[in-house]
Amino acid sequence: MFPDIINTRPLRIWMDDGLTWIVRNWGDGFEAAAYPLLVMLNTIEDWLLAVPWWGIILALAALAFGATRKATLPAIVVIGLVFMGLMELWEDSVKTMALMLSATITAIIFSIPIGIVMARSTLVRKIVTPILDLMQTMPSFVYLIPTVMIFGPGKIPALLATIIYAAPPLVRLTDLGIRQVEPNVLEAAQAFGASPSQRLFGVQIPLALPTILAGVNQTTMMALAMVVIASMIGAGGLGYQVLQGIGRLEVSRGVFAGLGIVVLAIIFDRITQAYGKQLQQQIGLSGGR
Amino acid sequence: MDNQYKIEMRGVTKIFGPHPDEVLAQLKQGRSKDELQAETGHVIGLNNVDLKVEPGQLHVVMGLSGSGKSTLIRHVNRLIDPTAGEIFVDGENVLEMSLEELRTFRRTKIAMVFQKFGLLPHRSVIENVAYGLEIRGVDKKTRLKTAEEWIATVGLEGYEQSRPHQLSGGQQQRVGLARALAMDVDILLMDEAFSALDPLIRSGMQDELIVLQKKLNKTILFITHDFDEALKIGDQVTVLQDGAVIQYGRPEEIVLNPANAHVEKFVADVNRARAIHVHTIMEKGAFDQCDVAVRANACCEDVLPLFAEHDWVGVNGDGGKQVGRITAKQVIKALARHSSGV
Repeated sequence: MFPDIINTRPLRIWMDDGLTWIVRNWGDGFEAAAYPLLVMLNTIEDWLLAVPWWGIILALAALAFGATRKATLPAIVVIGLVFMGLMELWEDSVKTMALMLSATITAIIFSIPIGIVMARSTLVRKIVTPILDLMQTMPSFVYLIPTVMIFGPGKIPALLATIIYAAPPLVRLTDLGIRQVEPNVLEAAQAFGASPSQRLFGVQIPLALPTILAGVNQTTMMALAMVVIASMIGAGGLGYQVLQGIGRLEVSRGVFAGLGIVVLAIIFDRITQAYGKQLQQQIGLSGGR
Repeated sequence: MDNQYKIEMRGVTKIFGPHPDEVLAQLKQGRSKDELQAETGHVIGLNNVDLKVEPGQLHVVMGLSGSGKSTLIRHVNRLIDPTAGEIFVDGENVLEMSLEELRTFRRTKIAMVFQKFGLLPHRSVIENVAYGLEIRGVDKKTRLKTAEEWIATVGLEGYEQSRPHQLSGGQQQRVGLARALAMDVDILLMDEAFSALDPLIRSGMQDELIVLQKKLNKTILFITHDFDEALKIGDQVTVLQDGAVIQYGRPEEIVLNPANAHVEKFVADVNRARAIHVHTIMEKGAFDQCDVAVRANACCEDVLPLFAEHDWVGVNGDGGKQVGRITAKQVIKALARHSSGV
């Protein structure tokens, strides 16, 4: 046994009391700050629910066709979504889709600028990298407790937990993509007198785009991986069905909802990947190079 | 005051490392480059380089890899800042420019062609050629029209909408050249522009560059590691070794009188018969009219066949008057001279 050298009790009490104090005094502020997230999530959800089922199927199939120019992926999209409709999972899958989309959009808004700053400054990278490691490895329940205490159970903590878990790969891949831009292309831009912003928007971001898109793909996948946990604290959707399946020992409910998550994952994974590939071919980086 | 030179470098020294100034002080005290590099871990890229390029000149800087030639060319448009020295382009002190002035200078005064092309892979050929003009702020219609003309000049009609990766290396470098020429500036920097191309295409591009240069009369600073290339296209050649200028002059002066063993090695593989002009080795004076004569800028290669029939070949000056004569012996002597390894 490791000897008891210091007494940790005061530290624990200090931490727990500190959180209680934060909840009591700053809770409203936090809630106000997170309100736009809630509005976005609700808007997306209402929007997707307002569109008729065939509209969503058609839109996703069209996206799939645009990305691959082949019939295979659109067919998979149609079959998968019709399966969900038949299994009475339509509304739940739309809610899950809304959660995933909101998390991805928020992650894009925050992660890409952070990734760009990281690529330009070694100091920022040194600071941000361990934070990203922490976000990805810390078990989500640990930060779910304080977020639920601050916001109360509901969609906001669910969305925040999803964002925390899903955002890091996008930051990392944005950073990587920008740093991987060939130095000789950048040097040429500089030699022709391009300003830093002309270099960023005209050279670095376009050339990093395939890598950034791979990051978006990762983010959507990780957001979907969080839906069951998110449903524990009040996000509805397919995760909630899985949870209920476990609670009621209803294997069928769990299996079908689980398959529904898999279907969503396949659809969004393949579509974003295909767009990434298309971009890469356009740039001429196809394959490993 | 410096208007007679398009590009002038005075005592330019570049030291790479965390404390360049300390190393510079020691270098100035006369310590050797190797000693300092081993001791301090700093790399001395350029050591007190002087360079003068006259308007309309095609000036070749030659050296092996690691000699500092790519570092040197990057000082002219300040892609690299020197540790010490002065750089003037068109009489303007490049080192005194603010960032904004420097950007304007790069947009309007100077263009560059790169060994690895440096094309934007996500843009079509025509958008690549128009890139410099776009950065300069030229409106879309004008810049695309200009780009189209230059694409035609370098012989890439029909490839306007292709992407760089769809083109061969030679074609990609034509795009790079067109991009630089489209800027319509006086000064062109070419960093091993043809080194990545295979020999036949390289030779073709050299010919084209010579033709273009006659037509456009630009001032070109050309970097190469290939002495034959330097001979073929250069008006003046500067030889760089370990970051320092070891010889400077007309190409054939260097072939005839290499400054040290290093340059001699360079020159050893050169085709002398093509490099040496007859007027530099002829007997000067008004002799009896010879049966055949060549122009003064003819090479040894041109006169050799004539010796099958004649003992003496006359050399005519610009006016067509004979200014000297030459024998097979003299030619053989010139060709054999400096041949090391005997």
